[in-house]
Amino acid sequence: MDFEPLWLTFRLASLTTLILFGLALPLAYWLAYGKFRGRALVEAVIGMPLVLPPSVLGFYLLLAFSPSYAFGAWIEEVFGLRLVFSFPGLVVASVIYSLPFMVYPLQAGLQGLPVSLREASYSLGKSAWTTFFKVLLPNCKSAILTALVLTFAHTVGEFGVVLMIGGNIPGVTKVASVAIYNEVEALNYPAANQYALVLFVITFVVLLLVYSFNNRLLRVRYPS
Amino acid sequence: MSATHLDIYLRHALSTASGPVLMDVALPLEAGTITALTGPSGAGKTTLLRLIAGLIRPQNGRITVDGKIWLDTGQRIFVPPQVRQAGMVFQDYALFPHLTVRQNIAFGLDKGDDPARVDELLQAVELTQLAQQKPHQLSGGQQQRVALARALVRRPRVLLLDEPLSALDRSMRQRLQDFILKLHQQYALTILLVTHDLAEIFRLADRVVELDNGKITRMGTPEAVFAGAHPFSEGPALYGEVISCRTEGEYVLIQALIDQRIHKFRLPAGQAAELLPGRSFLLRYSVDSPIVEVIR
Repeated sequence: MDFEPLWLTFRLASLTTLILFGLALPLAYWLAYGKFRGRALVEAVIGMPLVLPPSVLGFYLLLAFSPSYAFGAWIEEVFGLRLVFSFPGLVVASVIYSLPFMVYPLQAGLQGLPVSLREASYSLGKSAWTTFFKVLLPNCKSAILTALVLTFAHTVGEFGVVLMIGGNIPGVTKVASVAIYNEVEALNYPAANQYALVLFVITFVVLLLVYSFNNRLLRVRYPS
Repeated sequence: MSATHLDIYLRHALSTASGPVLMDVALPLEAGTITALTGPSGAGKTTLLRLIAGLIRPQNGRITVDGKIWLDTGQRIFVPPQVRQAGMVFQDYALFPHLTVRQNIAFGLDKGDDPARVDELLQAVELTQLAQQKPHQLSGGQQQRVALARALVRRPRVLLLDEPLSALDRSMRQRLQDFILKLHQQYALTILLVTHDLAEIFRLADRVVELDNGKITRMGTPEAVFAGAHPFSEGPALYGEVISCRTEGEYVLIQALIDQRIHKFRLPAGQAAELLPGRSFLLRYSVDSPIVEVIR
């Protein structure tokens, strides 16, 4: 069995999760506590990947990333980076595609905390920054875990977007989900099954761990 | 450390369940006194505390603390809550769940502050034994004491208490009132306390301020506010709550809770007409007979 697609999938998912975590923290904080006009617009844009067919998103990303159009040309000129049919392109697309899976749990976690926790920290002389890292984040561990796992899992499960902007270049953009599709098309069911089974088992084990950890966390915090 | 005097003037739009209301309050807090803030829910009591602590910005207002300005919308001065030196005890205590009792109290220390302050406060609220516990392992009364100690760690100029004892049972309440009185003396604190409990007001407060619809409706000593100026108002008065009353001929036999104990006494029917179960009253000593004043 060729492990390259699996390895590529996990590299893509890890990198996407890492980048999104850094990106989503300030975004979630802003959405949870900020008072501003146009909130509905921002929330709608972030939520788009939830409902949009992946092929639609993939199609527009393909146009945007293509060096024959302004944005793609600009990226290539300034950063020397081609985003179509390349691994960096997949990462960028995955970050956009999985954005709501990271932002929403974090936002909900922050909003679920009593306002008084923040206020207590302020009146104890702590800045918004210190309050965020020392009080708010440690108390949404469960939301953080959920966000990380959902993002990772959603990226692992990506198919349409990857196919649209990545194609299936072995070692570059041919991730596990695409590999499964290829093997099935070639009527090579045992090979497809190998990839599918690995994804299936790993996904199940990860979710199982997450839920048992979350339940334990809840029991400690709110003993019945 | 000497106690602090506050002058508060605030105008702020409140949104209440019954629509928008303009809060308009002018209120001095005398140095070293305990002022009780009372009134129906939605009157703006918690908002007033939060405005003083700097957790919300008012549309208009001025707060001076020993002559120092915390807030002056006219001059565009707004001292942020981090610098205000207002200790706040929240209704839900707002203890940090992930920190131990000691860490909760020490959280307010700045770099270079003497950590001995934490031990001193742990001792003052008698929680030294439980310093390594997490908040969820404590009883309501213990959590309340942690919140009190934590609010005092930065040596605040004013201590703001938002219905601190409402969730506790009677005996625990009394113990915590003792703690508040003790801390009040020990640290020469100026305290503003939101409460609905008349017994608590009479026990703790030097002055009481009643707020309704964002306006101060009554202000003065607890006796003056709740009993009115009375010709016999010299001498001791006991605060009590009627538990039951039974008519026996020309008299009414009353069972009442006074100072945490059940007492029975007889009153002439004419004097006891308003003493229905649940009512609060002040019982005064007088030369001929006891005088009972029903509160509100």
